[in-house]
Amino acid sequence: MIRFDRVSKRYPPGVDALSDISFEVAEREMVLVSGHSGAGKSTLLKLIAAVEKSTGGAVLVGGQNVSGLARAALPYLRRRIGMVFQDQKLLFDRNAFENVMLPLSITGFPRREAAQRVRAALDKVGLSSREKALPVMLSGGEQQRLAIARAVVGRPKLLLADEPTAHLDADTAADVARIFKEFNHVGVTVLIATYAGDLFPGARRLQLEHGKLLP
Amino acid sequence: MTAWLAQHGDAVRLAMRRLASAPVNSLLYLLAIGVALALPAGGQMLLANALSLAGTTSAVPHISVFMAANADRGMAAEIESRLKKRGDIKRVQFLPREETLARMKANPGLRDVIEALAANPFPDAFVLAVADERPEAMERLAVELRQLPRVEHVQLDSAWVRRLDALLQLGRTAVLVLGVLLSAGLIAISFSIIRMQVLTHRTEIEVSGLLGATDGFIRRPFLYYGLLLGLGGGIVAWLLVGAAALWLRAPLGELVRLYDLTLVLQTPGTRDSALLLAFAAGLGWLGAIISLQQHLRKS
Ligand SMILES: Nc1ncnc2c1ncn2[C@@H]1O[C@H](COP(=O)(O)OP(=O)(O)OP(=O)(O)O)[C@@H](O)[C@H]1O
Ligand SMILES: [Mg+2]
Repeated sequence: MIRFDRVSKRYPPGVDALSDISFEVAEREMVLVSGHSGAGKSTLLKLIAAVEKSTGGAVLVGGQNVSGLARAALPYLRRRIGMVFQDQKLLFDRNAFENVMLPLSITGFPRREAAQRVRAALDKVGLSSREKALPVMLSGGEQQRLAIARAVVGRPKLLLADEPTAHLDADTAADVARIFKEFNHVGVTVLIATYAGDLFPGARRLQLEHGKLLP
Repeated sequence: MTAWLAQHGDAVRLAMRRLASAPVNSLLYLLAIGVALALPAGGQMLLANALSLAGTTSAVPHISVFMAANADRGMAAEIESRLKKRGDIKRVQFLPREETLARMKANPGLRDVIEALAANPFPDAFVLAVADERPEAMERLAVELRQLPRVEHVQLDSAWVRRLDALLQLGRTAVLVLGVLLSAGLIAISFSIIRMQVLTHRTEIEVSGLLGATDGFIRRPFLYYGLLLGLGGGIVAWLLVGAAALWLRAPLGELVRLYDLTLVLQTPGTRDSALLLAFAAGLGWLGAIISLQQHLRKS
């Protein structure tokens, strides 16, 4: 599903966020990306969705080299990927329902079916009673779960999550971890950047240190 | 197809929501655009009225041909038959000198003067309607008519028509220049409003892109926003012009009555109104397109 082939990423003016990274993630696998702050976890996820472009090597997603994609092709790559961002990137002038609806509006999903899917996604993360709430009216954990609902509403085959359990109490974190495991069980490939590796026992781990993959 | 329609519907709804979310700003924008458009639109309205005024007042130019005072009726008849044979003259109306005298006497101010004269001071005359009413053609015809025997004087009644024509031409040019300038102004207004909109909705643009939105999807609500601004401004302009027409109707009617004309100032017709709205909406849209080209790529 995903293959990194000697990938490096250098941000201007010369920060080597990733250097010479190679690994593979099979379909239906659940993989954790861990490492210290600044190790390059977010960068690695961003390369997969072509939010950033690698400065060396090839990033293959579904056999397609995404670092060479034309600008016009990016939307169609991103629609196949569900993303939970480290800073969540919720829209604060839209309510929970509308936030989750956004990916479906973008793909032009039929409206009635879309509404059902949005409700299903909100239900999945336990927010079905808050669909009218604006993000500011939600707690940190609820916002986190709203971001997850938005990532999965399009039923992507690949789910990328950047610190989805940060700032959550142990119970809520376990709850969120359970949600990802459920998606993985129904066949979704899941990549999670996290410090809290023990929430996902049995998952394979990619350990980053200063932009290098530890064996 | 339905998906396409739904997406455009969503974009329109979003644009309206953004307009409504800052009502004071939106109203001021509409007012600015409306006033800018009202000037050329008002000019166009006055012009349309002036044109219809020129049309209703026998603006058909004539040529008057006066016989010499000592020419007798036989000579006049001969001239009349020669005039009637010409293809470039549509109609010949003979005004016998007796008739002219009688008509002039009907004017109480002139009667005493005329009666003091020994003989009829008026010559026989013809009023000609011509086939080709262009000033140059009439000028040429008049020169030829002056060559006819016993014809004393040929007068071209097209002078004031020409003046009116020149005036209307000037008006048309003024409206055009004003229209072009203020259209550019409107594009500039739309450009900078859309720029502010792009800044306001930076996060939304970024997030939509991350979730797989195409450029088209991201641009659409901004384009509709520009279109709605233009359209709304057009409506404001239309209202301003209409109100001005109603307000000016009485005083302007009074003014032209002094010139023996009647004018009921008309508000813009359906065609002009539709044109104004379409044009305004188009300019708003155009300003948005240019603005997005400048400001969207960077995000
Ligand atoms: N847009 C950017 N421009 C320049 N440097 C960047 C940029 N984004 C990240 N970096 C740098 O790249 C390195 C890796 O950053 P990255 O965000 O991938 O780390 P991380 O592992 O996600 O850290 P954290 O756990 O704190 O989120 C860091 O040194 C960071 O300063
Ligand atoms: Mg990070």
